[in-house]
Amino acid sequence: MDAMTDMSVFAPLLLSLQLALVTTVVLLLIGTPLAWWLSQTPSRLKPAAQAIVAMPIVLPPTVMGFYLLILLGPNGAIGSWWVEITGSALTFSFTGLVVASCVYSLPFAVQPLQSAFESLPRQSMEFAWTQGASKLDAFFAVAVPMSTRGFIGASVLAFAHTLGEFGVVLMVGGNIPGETRVVSIAIYDHVETLNYSAAHQMSLLLLGFAFIVLFAMFVINRRWSTR
Amino acid sequence: MSHESTVSATTVTLKHSLQRGNFDLSVDTQIPAKGITGLFGESGSGKTTLLRCIAGLEADVSWDTRPIHKRGVGYVFQEPQLFPHLDVRGNIEFGLRRSSAPRVDQPKVVEMLGLGDLLDRTPDRLSGGEAQRVAIAAVLLRSPQLVLMDEPLASLDQRRKDELLPYLDRLHDELSVPMIYVSHSIDEVSRLCDHLLLIDNGKIVASGELHEMLSRLDLPMLSGPNAGSVIEAKPWRYDHDYDLTQFNFSGGELSVPGLYDTSTPNLRLRIAARDVSICLEQPENTTIMNILEARIDDVQFAEPSSALVRLAIGTDYLLALITRRSVARLDLKRGDRVFVQVKSVTVRR
Repeated sequence: MDAMTDMSVFAPLLLSLQLALVTTVVLLLIGTPLAWWLSQTPSRLKPAAQAIVAMPIVLPPTVMGFYLLILLGPNGAIGSWWVEITGSALTFSFTGLVVASCVYSLPFAVQPLQSAFESLPRQSMEFAWTQGASKLDAFFAVAVPMSTRGFIGASVLAFAHTLGEFGVVLMVGGNIPGETRVVSIAIYDHVETLNYSAAHQMSLLLLGFAFIVLFAMFVINRRWSTR
Repeated sequence: MSHESTVSATTVTLKHSLQRGNFDLSVDTQIPAKGITGLFGESGSGKTTLLRCIAGLEADVSWDTRPIHKRGVGYVFQEPQLFPHLDVRGNIEFGLRRSSAPRVDQPKVVEMLGLGDLLDRTPDRLSGGEAQRVAIAAVLLRSPQLVLMDEPLASLDQRRKDELLPYLDRLHDELSVPMIYVSHSIDEVSRLCDHLLLIDNGKIVASGELHEMLSRLDLPMLSGPNAGSVIEAKPWRYDHDYDLTQFNFSGGELSVPGLYDTSTPNLRLRIAARDVSICLEQPENTTIMNILEARIDDVQFAEPSSALVRLAIGTDYLLALITRRSVARLDLKRGDRVFVQVKSVTVRR
């Protein structure tokens, strides 16, 4: 294996990992308050909000990708605003991929968190309040540590799901080496050009990686539940 | 909807009203700012709702502009709510670290509740009674102005209850913080409390000092199977041969099976009304050990078949639950001198 193939195997993989990591961090920051609100609110808007959050599970990636392309493009509502501030386009850039991935993987972060928050005993929070914790304090000191499984689940699923996306990335990001050429795109490319050995290497790596991550999550979950 | 609970030097004022569907809570009363006040009533009478209003836990209720965490009201839930990610030490220090009130003597509270050996355990390795003791310690260490206990023994089996009760006795004897203790067990209430609030269908139907409340004949909740009186008596002699302890009280002597430390001050004895019978002449050749002379203070017909008689003995009162027919047959009336047979006495603490 010479240096060239080495690079061409690992660069897309690294880019994928980077994208998945950034997306996961952003999704935890956005998803946690959203999931908390969904778990606590008696609002009539809740079913609508839940439906919107869950849509990426149902819609074909091409539909999501199509709307995101329009929205994030230089003439789109978000894209034009981005061009105004930064001078560069969101589409066909890494940042654009992060934004698209966050939308696409949102339910995979929000749903585990929401169900973890919903299963918190209400009285645990009430006890924390009467013991002198403000609502915010009780959230961080009680709700978060008691929802560890939800956070692990949300992180793993958001990460893995972002790693595995193809359609949205292709439509919003294209195929720019080092910028948007993530591993799923690279594999597709190699298959198209009949470079099966490179496709094999990447696919196998991804297969092994996916198994290890999911296996680790289930082991941790099991340990947690039998504790 | 109005809400107000204030703690002054001598009294705690409870003023709450709340409507939930068909249920209407409407309370306006005062209790002493020391000792334990029992909040006694049947399930569904509004006991827990009243406690939650006082603590500010009813969502749409704000009698107090201060948020819940600044009210200084401690809450012991029926099921101990310990934080599973913290050990016992972390749990009892959770509130302490968030309190600006004057510090309580932490080692003393830990010792009083027997937690010394449990400090490094996680809550999943505690029994129900131990967990409840940890919860109580956590609440007390915040030095709240008022402690609310919502049937802290209800989730425990009898053995665990018997284990926990002596700790509650100690709290009662050694702490000055006022507590409201919710219970539907007259046994627990007559053991632990100094003051009694009776709640029925969201209203306080009577309140007063424990002994006085227990000797009233006009409270349906405290007649029937719950009827009974509590007297303070001093153990003064132990009979080795028959394993009996003799107690002295204002009206004479009572023998109780078992050994009680004669150096202790007064203990609280409970005598259920159904264990008391009345004779016109001094009974002889009876197996009943405790026979006392008394004066009939009042007679009340409770149910169609039964009557509740209040008997004055010394400065104390005993209640007797007898049939209406017996009242008629013996022609019992106020002021009569009679003899009282006491079949069973429980030492409450």
